[in-house]
Amino acid sequence: MKRIILLWVSVALMVAALHLVFLYVPTEKEMGIVQRIFYLMVPMGWLSLLAFLVVFIGSILYLVKKESKWDVIASSSAEAGIVFTTLALLTGAIWAKPAWGVWWTWEPRLTATLVLWLIYLAYFLVRSLATEESRGATFAAVVGIVGFIDLPIIALTTTLWRGMHPGPVIFQGGLAPSMLLTLLVSIIAFTALYFLLLIQRTSMRNDEVEIERLKKLSN
Amino acid sequence: MERPNSTSQAWVIEIQGLTKSFGHHPALRGINLEVGRGESMVIFGPNGAGKTTLIKVLATIINPSSGKVLIDGLDLKDNAEEIRRRIGVATHQTFLYSNLTAYENLEFYSRMYDVPRRKERIHEVVAMVGMTSRLYDRVGTLSRGMQQRLSIARCLLHKPTIILLDEPETGLDQQATSMLGEALQAEGEGKRTIIFTTHSLERGLELGDRLLILNRGKIVYEGLRQALDLTALKEVYQHSTRVGS
Amino acid sequence: MRFWHKVIAITWKDTLSEMRTKEIVASVLVFTLLVIVIFNFAFGASQERIRLVAPGILWVTFAFAGVLSLSRSFIPEKEQGCLEGLMACPVSREVIYVGKMLGSLLFMLVIEAIALPIFAFLFNLPVLSLQLVVIIVLATVGFAAVGTLFSALAVNTKAREMVLPILFLPIVAPIIISAVMASGLALSGEPWSVLSSWLQIIAAFDVIFLVVSFLIFAFVIEQ
Repeated sequence: MKRIILLWVSVALMVAALHLVFLYVPTEKEMGIVQRIFYLMVPMGWLSLLAFLVVFIGSILYLVKKESKWDVIASSSAEAGIVFTTLALLTGAIWAKPAWGVWWTWEPRLTATLVLWLIYLAYFLVRSLATEESRGATFAAVVGIVGFIDLPIIALTTTLWRGMHPGPVIFQGGLAPSMLLTLLVSIIAFTALYFLLLIQRTSMRNDEVEIERLKKLSN
Repeated sequence: MERPNSTSQAWVIEIQGLTKSFGHHPALRGINLEVGRGESMVIFGPNGAGKTTLIKVLATIINPSSGKVLIDGLDLKDNAEEIRRRIGVATHQTFLYSNLTAYENLEFYSRMYDVPRRKERIHEVVAMVGMTSRLYDRVGTLSRGMQQRLSIARCLLHKPTIILLDEPETGLDQQATSMLGEALQAEGEGKRTIIFTTHSLERGLELGDRLLILNRGKIVYEGLRQALDLTALKEVYQHSTRVGS
Repeated sequence: MRFWHKVIAITWKDTLSEMRTKEIVASVLVFTLLVIVIFNFAFGASQERIRLVAPGILWVTFAFAGVLSLSRSFIPEKEQGCLEGLMACPVSREVIYVGKMLGSLLFMLVIEAIALPIFAFLFNLPVLSLQLVVIIVLATVGFAAVGTLFSALAVNTKAREMVLPILFLPIVAPIIISAVMASGLALSGEPWSVLSSWLQIIAAFDVIFLVVSFLIFAFVIEQ
């Protein structure tokens, strides 16, 4: 029941967001129409972090309590997270080309996002490559914990580093109220989407895990 | 089978409801067992029965999924380090570093086990297993049988009161195996408690007082050596480990 | 006190083992030398350009040599079940972590100590400065802290040579960035105050990940 409510709320928010992004908010004067991708990029960046926070919490709980459900939450969030991070990088590139003429730049936030993407990759890699399947979840949890704790250090370092190499910046200056509104709605809409995906995926995974368990028991 | 009614102090090893699962694979499905001081218990069972897992849980190498294990009255969960002091382990893996000499390996483990008068003790245990002549050779140059003997010496360094052996006769010839039996009981102050697993019904009957058959994570037979001869044991074994039992 | 006694026993055991197989030190060194030489070819011989890229070359070299050193930390423990042998000893899992970590740290520092003068020679740069030594030591501690944890993890995976770098390099990216920046400043003769923010980042990383790895290690090796 709750899931259905969430579904419809997400749909409504997404429709609202789309309307705001494409019809409501005025075109930004410097960058033109392409600037609208900003309203997609920021939520992606935010969600890649939120998803990893959930991975972190799930990982700690899994290591401590050893209950499969925490690992399911962590891995499902990681799946959503890597998708959002990939989109963050792609939208970043799509922004970069018309804005700065290059597909990529070592701008601090982009760089940090790339490192985050690599950490997500490592999370899945150790899970699938563990020699004993049962340890894959534990190894992934370790990556989730170490990776998350590293994030602030990565952010700090890349920002400080950028100070040494002044270059293109993603965004400068204030936001007009209409833009702020659009941005906020967009963020909320995508956050709702994230939670929807998370709930859906964890429920699926929990069922898969249960089926596996029953199979082994009957053997 | 009759067992004396007593408090936990009487039992050296007490296992209650032990289970262990690796992911979804249940290796041990509820083991209840008591082992008395000085007993020599042999565990038989087909591959995958859970023998190695049981030994590793007792050795504190693997954590139980659920259940209680008391060794010398100490709970495994809280007193792992103290328990390890009293246990010697030898498995078909030797725990030896191949590019260090036998002496260096034993010296290392003596330090880890806080063995007093290391040098003396090393010579003692090495003599017990008949490896004195090769003490300063690199372990990698030793034959499989010699490495196995060395690994037994290693497990005796700290004079453990409880010895766990996982298929100890692997790689040993008949002579070495009887030497093994002697070495394990050699040192005074009462008999050691020994638990060992084996594939060989003959060897098990030779060395064990109590017999256990494990199959698919459960104990399917418990008996005394006196009650069985080899033929009877073979029958019981086949019966208890039939697929589907 | 007994904690350190046993930690040193493990570190010594590892060091002894290293010294026995001299090829390991030699091969890592040769590798280091090759990387430096190849980078030199890649970037051309102009002294000015060298000055610009030298810190980067130095740290790429140390990062890859570091991965090589760390990957070997737990391989001997896998043979003959030695890690389980260690787990059956009356020591906490943390003793094993610290012992192995110090062993790797020592090994990496030796490699770096030999590579540095070679670097100075080939690049004509004043690398034998106290500042640079401090940067290298701090950074290597960070490598060892998190690398030991990951090495214990990677040894339990298929394709372990691939898994370790994929795990390790993104996590230590802040160390590498900071070390490169600080080294560049040190080579230009800047005073300590200018380097301090980078050094603080590395030091903070070290402390944080020594603690985190110390706490998590048991989960990695236990089943």
